[in-house]
Amino acid sequence: MSAPSTALRVGRDPHHVGHGADTGGPEFTGHGGGGPAPKRIVVGYGFWIFILSDVVMFSAFFATYAVLLNARAGGPGPRELFDLHLTAIETACLLLSSFTCGLASMAVGARSLLWTEAALLVTGLLGATFIGIEISEFARLTARGAGPTHSAFLSAFFTLVGCHGVHVSCGILWLGTMMAQFAAKGFRENIRHRYLCFSLFWHALDIIWIGIFSGVYVIGVVTG
Amino acid sequence: MHLLGKLTWQAIPFDQPLPLISAAAVIVVALAVLVWVLLKGHVPYLWREWITSVDHKRIGVMYCILAAVMLLRGFIDAIMMRVQQALALHGAGFLRPSHFDQVFSAHGTIMIFFVAMPFVIGLMNLVVPLQLGVRDVAFPTLNSVSFWLTAAGALLVNLSLVVGEFARTGWLPYPPLSELQYSPGVGVDYYCWALQISGIGTLMTGINFVTTILKLRAPGMHYTRMPMFCWTALASNLLIVAAFPILTATLAMLLLDRYVGFHFFTDTAGGNSMMFMNLIWAWGHPEVYILVLPAFGIYSEVVPTFSSKPLFGYRSMIYATMAICLISFMVWLHHFFTMGAGADVNGFFGIMSMIIAVPTGVKIFNWLFTMYGGTVRFTSPLLWSIGFIVSFAIGGMTGVLLAVPPADFQLHNSLFLVAHFHNVIITGVLFAAFAGSTYWFPKAFGFVLDERLGKWAFWLWLIGFWVAWAPGYALGLEGMTRRLQHYDRADWQPMLLVAAAGVLILLVAILVQIAQLVVSIRSREKRRDVTGDPWDGRNLEWATASPPPPFNFAVLPNVTDQEPYWDMKQRAREAGQLQTSEPHYEPIAMPRNSPTGFVCAFFSVITGFSLIWHIWWLVIVGLAGAYATFVVFAWRDHDEALIPAEEVARLDRTNRAARSAAVQRQAVT
Amino acid sequence: MDPTSPDRPRLQADSSREEAFDAGSRVGEDRIPGAPSHELPSLGAELRRYVLGLVLSVVLTAAAFLSVGTHLIYGPGIVMAIVVFGLAQVGIHLVFFLHLTTAPDNANNALALAFGFLIVCLIVFGSIWIMFHMNHNMIPAGQLMDMQG
Repeated sequence: MSAPSTALRVGRDPHHVGHGADTGGPEFTGHGGGGPAPKRIVVGYGFWIFILSDVVMFSAFFATYAVLLNARAGGPGPRELFDLHLTAIETACLLLSSFTCGLASMAVGARSLLWTEAALLVTGLLGATFIGIEISEFARLTARGAGPTHSAFLSAFFTLVGCHGVHVSCGILWLGTMMAQFAAKGFRENIRHRYLCFSLFWHALDIIWIGIFSGVYVIGVVTG
Repeated sequence: MHLLGKLTWQAIPFDQPLPLISAAAVIVVALAVLVWVLLKGHVPYLWREWITSVDHKRIGVMYCILAAVMLLRGFIDAIMMRVQQALALHGAGFLRPSHFDQVFSAHGTIMIFFVAMPFVIGLMNLVVPLQLGVRDVAFPTLNSVSFWLTAAGALLVNLSLVVGEFARTGWLPYPPLSELQYSPGVGVDYYCWALQISGIGTLMTGINFVTTILKLRAPGMHYTRMPMFCWTALASNLLIVAAFPILTATLAMLLLDRYVGFHFFTDTAGGNSMMFMNLIWAWGHPEVYILVLPAFGIYSEVVPTFSSKPLFGYRSMIYATMAICLISFMVWLHHFFTMGAGADVNGFFGIMSMIIAVPTGVKIFNWLFTMYGGTVRFTSPLLWSIGFIVSFAIGGMTGVLLAVPPADFQLHNSLFLVAHFHNVIITGVLFAAFAGSTYWFPKAFGFVLDERLGKWAFWLWLIGFWVAWAPGYALGLEGMTRRLQHYDRADWQPMLLVAAAGVLILLVAILVQIAQLVVSIRSREKRRDVTGDPWDGRNLEWATASPPPPFNFAVLPNVTDQEPYWDMKQRAREAGQLQTSEPHYEPIAMPRNSPTGFVCAFFSVITGFSLIWHIWWLVIVGLAGAYATFVVFAWRDHDEALIPAEEVARLDRTNRAARSAAVQRQAVT
Repeated sequence: MDPTSPDRPRLQADSSREEAFDAGSRVGEDRIPGAPSHELPSLGAELRRYVLGLVLSVVLTAAAFLSVGTHLIYGPGIVMAIVVFGLAQVGIHLVFFLHLTTAPDNANNALALAFGFLIVCLIVFGSIWIMFHMNHNMIPAGQLMDMQG
C-alpha cells in the first residue's frame, strides 16, 4: 500500500521521553497516534490506575464485610455499636478536607506558597481530626468488649474502616512531606506532578469514605 | 520480651538431614558465586550496570535470570515428589509427611510466583517498550523497585529452607489449616509475607505497563497498529491491576487472623473459611490468565516471523484477547465447584468456563492459518510453538471437561486436575518462555543461542512432559488424589514409575538447556548478531541494534501501518539501500540509575523476616528504612542524565552501517 | 557502556522546566483526572466548581443521614435511597473534584474507571451471591455435632 515517506522524522525531545510528533491535531485524540504523552499525563494516568487498584482492594474488604455482616457470634451488631453523630462529624471533616485540597490545587496553579501551605495545613488538620475521632471510636468499642477479635463481623468492620484509616494516615504523612517539599524546592515540575498524585489520592479517600459511611454506618443502623 | 522474637537456634534444621544438606549446598554455592564476583572485581560493574539499572532491558533480563534459577529449585522439588510417589507404595518413601507437605507447597508457590510470573514479566519488560518504539517504560525507577521486591519475596521463600520451615498447606493456604491453631509454626507466615512483598512489586509492574502501553507509543502507532504481544501485555497487566489487590487483601485478612486473633476465616466466632477460597480464587483465576496471555502474545510474534507471513486475523486476535481478559473475571468458582454453592451457581460458572475456551480456540486457529501458506522455518522457537499448539489444545480440552460440574465432582483434587494445570502451564506458559527467550536472546545479548541444542531441548521437554503427565490423567480417572505422601493401591505404582521416568527426561532436557547456554556463551563471537535482525523479524524491536543502546531508538520511528519494521525493510530491500537518510542527532535525556529498588527490597526483607519471627523492634527499623528510602528518592534534584549527541550518533551509525551492508547483500540475492 | 556512569561526560538535565499550562491539556492531548480541561481556567471558575461540588456533596450527605428513621418514604426504600445518594455523591466527586467527563480526551480515564467499576461489582456482588448460597447449603451446626459423634 502506498504510504507517505517513512523518513525518520527529526524529533525534538522536550520531555525527555521521545515525544516526536509535532502535530497535535484532534484526530490523534482517542486513536492514540500522537506519540508518547507528556510526563504530566503519564504520571497522572499511572496514579489513576493505582487508585483503581486500591479501590479493588477495598472492594475485597467490602465484600468480606457484606458476607460476614451477620456473623456476630451472638454479639452486638451495627445498631448497637454505631454512633451516627460521630460518623457525621467524620464525614464533614473529610468532605471539607477534600474541598480544601481543591483550594490547595488552585494555590499550586497560582504558584502561591503561602496559600498552598495554608490550604494543605487545614487539609491535614481536618484529616488528623478524622483519624482522632476514628481512633477514639475504635477504643470505645474495644473497651466495651466489641473489639475486632470478638466476632467475624467485628473483624471485618475494624479491618475495612481501619484500612481506610491507615490510608488516610499515610495520606497525612504524604501531605506533610509535600508541604516540606514545596517549602524546600518550590513549584518545580516534578513536585507539582507529585502533588497532582496526592490530590488524586486524597479525593479518592473521600470517595471510599462515601461508600463506608453509606454502606457500613448508615445502612447498618437502618437495617440493624 | 525476647530480643529476637521467636527466633532461636532450633529454627535451623540440624536434626533433619535433607533440608540441612540442601540448605548447606545452597549456601556454599551462593557464597562461592559471591566470592568469585568480589575477587574478580565485578562488583562495581554489577552495581552500576545491573543492580541500580532502571533500564527496562536490564530489568527484563534480571527477571528472566531469577525465573531460570528458581525453575531449578522448583524442579528439584518436583523430582523429590515424583521419586517419593514412585517409591511410596505401602511405605513411607524417603520424605516424611511434614517434609513432603512443605515440598509440594514450595514447589507450587515457587513455580507460579517466582518462575512463571518473572519469566512473563521479564519478557514483557525486555520487549514491550522496543515494540512500542519508545525509550523506556512509564516509570523506570518503579520498574526497578518491582523487580527487587519480587526478588525479595523469592529470597524469603528460600530462606525458609535454612531458617525455620515453609508452609505445609499447599501453594494456596486454605483455612482452617492455615490458621494459627492448626499451623502454629512460621511456615504460613513465610509464605504470606513473601507474597505480600512480591505482590506489591507485581502490582507496580501492572500499573507501569498499563500506563506505558496506553500512553507511551511511537508517533502514529494507533491502537490497531500495536504488535499482538503488546495487546496481550496490556490485557495481562490490566488483569494484574484488577486481581492482585484481591490477593493482598485476602492474605492481609489471613495474617490478621494469625497475628492479632481476628476471625475472618477461623472456625469459631463466626469466621467463614469458605470466604477465603472465594476471594483467593477471585485472584487465582485471573492469575493464570495473567500468565497465559503474554504467552499467547509470544506465540503471536514467533509464528508470523517464522512463517514469513503477517499474523492471520489481527483484529479477531484483539477481540479474543480482550474477551479472555473480561471473562477471566467471571469463572473463578470453577475452582471450588465441590464446596457446595449449589446447582444454580455452579451451572453459571460452568457455562462461563466453557465459553472462555472459545476465544482461545480462535487464537489457535489464527496461528494455524498464519502458518498455512507461509514459508515456514522450523527453528526452535517455532518448534516450541507447535509443541504448544498440539499439547495446549489437549490441556484446554481437559479444562473444558473439568468445567462441567458433575464431572468435576469426580475429578476435583485428583491427579487429573493436577495433570490438567501442569499441561496448560508447562506447554502454555513455560514453552512460551523458552520460545520467547530463544527468540529475543540475540536482542538482549547480541548473539544467537546454539540452535541444535535448542532443538534437542525442545524434543526432550515435549516427550518428557507427556511421559511425566499422561499417567497423571490416567491416575486421576482411576481415583488417585493429589498430594499423597504414600498410597496403598498397587496398580497405581507402574504409572507413577512412568511419571518418575518422565521427570528424569525433563532433567536431561534442563541439562541440555544449561549446556546450550554454556556452549553459546563460549562461542559467542561466532554467533554475533551484527545487524540486530537475526530472524528476519517483523516488529520494531528488530529495528534496533543487538543489544539496543540505552535509549533504544536514536529518533523515535514514525509508524504508518501494522508491522512497521517489515514495511521499512521491504522498501529498503527493493531499493538495495536504506530508505532514510541519517537523522539529525540530538542529545537524549535518560533516567538516571538508582539504588532505590535494591535498598527498598533490602528493607523489605528485613521487615518481612522480622514480622515472621515476631522481632517487633526490627519491624519498625525495616519500615522506617523503607520510608526513608522513598523520601531520599523523592528529594533528589537530578533524575535524568543527558546522553550527548555524538554518543547517540556513534551508536546509531554503527548499526546503520551494518544494516546498510545487509540490505545491499539481500538486494543482490 | 553506561552513558549515565560517572566517568561519562554529562550535561545537567534540568527537571524544573516550566510548562505553558500547569493544569489542563492542549487540544488533541489526553487529559488526566484531577486536572481541569483545556486552557487554565480562571481562579473564579475553579473556585465556583469546588464550592458547587462541596454544596452538592453536603446536600447528599445530609440526605443520607436524615433518611435514617424517617417516615417520609416507604421503609425498605430507605436503603435504596441511601445507595442512590451515595452513588450520586461519588459522581459529584468525580466530576467536580476530579474533573472526569466523557469528552474524547478523557476516554482512557473513563474507560479505566468503567473497568474498575465492573471489577468491583463482580467481586462484591459475586461474593455475596456465592457465599449466600454456600451458607445456605451448610449443614446446621447441631446436626454437624451429631455427625461427629
